[in-house]
Amino acid sequence: MLRLDRVTAAYGPIVALREVSLEVEAGSVVTLLGANGAGKTSTLRVISGLLRPQSGVVEYEGERIDRLSPDRIVRLGIAQVPEGRQLFSQLTVRENLELGAYLRRDRAGIRQDLERVFNYFPILAQRQKQAAGSLSGGEQQMLAIGRALMARPRLLLLDEPSLGLAPLVTREIFRIIHAINEQEGLTVLLVEQNARLALDIARKGYVLETGRVVLSDLADNLRRNEEVRRSYLGY
Amino acid sequence: MHGPLSALLQAGVFLAPKPWDDPRLFGEQIVLGLATGAVYALVALAIVLIYRSTDIINFAQSEMAMFGTFAMWSIWLSGVPFFSNPWALLVLAGLFGLGLGAVVERVVIRPVEGKPLLTIVVVTLGLFLLLNSVATWIWAQGELPKSFPSPLSVLKAVDIGFANIPQHHLLIFGVGVATMVLLGLLFNYTKLGLAMRATAQNPLAARLMGINVGNMLTLGWALSGTLGGISGALIAPVLSLHPAFMLSVLLYAFAAAVLGGLNSVPGAVVGGFIIGVAENLLGTYTPHAILGPEMKLPLALMLLVAILLVRPTGLLGERAVRRV
Repeated sequence: MLRLDRVTAAYGPIVALREVSLEVEAGSVVTLLGANGAGKTSTLRVISGLLRPQSGVVEYEGERIDRLSPDRIVRLGIAQVPEGRQLFSQLTVRENLELGAYLRRDRAGIRQDLERVFNYFPILAQRQKQAAGSLSGGEQQMLAIGRALMARPRLLLLDEPSLGLAPLVTREIFRIIHAINEQEGLTVLLVEQNARLALDIARKGYVLETGRVVLSDLADNLRRNEEVRRSYLGY
Repeated sequence: MHGPLSALLQAGVFLAPKPWDDPRLFGEQIVLGLATGAVYALVALAIVLIYRSTDIINFAQSEMAMFGTFAMWSIWLSGVPFFSNPWALLVLAGLFGLGLGAVVERVVIRPVEGKPLLTIVVVTLGLFLLLNSVATWIWAQGELPKSFPSPLSVLKAVDIGFANIPQHHLLIFGVGVATMVLLGLLFNYTKLGLAMRATAQNPLAARLMGINVGNMLTLGWALSGTLGGISGALIAPVLSLHPAFMLSVLLYAFAAAVLGGLNSVPGAVVGGFIIGVAENLLGTYTPHAILGPEMKLPLALMLLVAILLVRPTGLLGERAVRRV
């Protein structure tokens, strides 16, 4: 479904990605692991069109997308839940969700998806009229995911959904991500610091170090990998 | 108190009219203040719209409005049927402002996007001087100021029960309030308005939603230009046209925007009306021997400083919280 082929990208003089290649199969959950600054977020930014690669190819369903603008990429069915959630904090929960469906014109479908999001995250239905900034951290993460789902994407890019959340809340959010993937077959590319949780729901993982892919394997194998256990799982 | 100063003060206070002596005069000053306040509110809104979405204070706001009003004056003089009608001029002024705002954003502001804020603010000051000079070059010939037509009359008054108000001031108030209501509807009840608010708050997230952020910024400047254009055509019949005629309006509008809170849309409206009314009351009821009408502007600004000492974010502004 999504393929990166030797993608190199930089912020000015600082190289963030060096010849990163990876592949995400339709219907799967793939995770990117790595320390801070390894290039996980930059990879997502390249895919969603916020960062233009210097070289290499990004292909989505057989089409090159590395020269497209972010709005074109959203239109193609790729939605991103950005790091730090990036909600419209002064707008209401409802307005945030409506903005997720900004490019869509099918009113009936939008209403349907609103119900779907409220189904996954019932707390959001209760908080519809509240400003997004007034929600708790976990609720904000739910809203960020719900907002991305409102675009009815076929590929969901998730950047650090566990950031700053209590362990119980994190587990709940991962449970829901897993459920969405299982029930709807939504493809997920998950960037996560919490490697244990990520490998629990992912089929496949890539390990990034200083902008390079240093390891890629099935999640089960990564979990058993000595290097991964020491560096990312902590046992 | 003794001495010449106290004598002067007493004489001054004594000479100033008292609001309770003439309730009609008092009522008139309030309504006239609300009318000019509507113009200040429109220009303050124009400033706030741009500030909220880009952190830029557009110092050229007044000169853009002045330029548009002069263009309308030329159309009026040309006597083209239909378009030179004062009602049509009011609409055209808004449309001209819309176009001018969009062009300014694309041609002048877009190239310096992402540059330090001070750079951009200096660019708007440059635009101020440019528009002012070009307007002087084109239009400041012969006798100044030029008179500008009103669809109604500036002189004929209407009795509204407790005051006699010139027809034109009622028009200013009506058109001003109607424009604000339309703007409120646009922002709060349309998808486009929602997208504009979203862009102002978080451009990065807006891009991820598929919103074309560049277009939203252009639209923001275009709307500001529209507000400026309409306010120029509304106030010109009162102030008369010359290249600096919008400058005092800009100062009052700044005061209004800061008073209401620079990032607050309702604040700009409230601030505009407060400044408009305060200007008229101060001009009428301060002791003329000491202060007099020519002290209106400094007095209004002193009032502003006093309020900001108590509430630094303005009346309705929100404190900006920035994580560092």
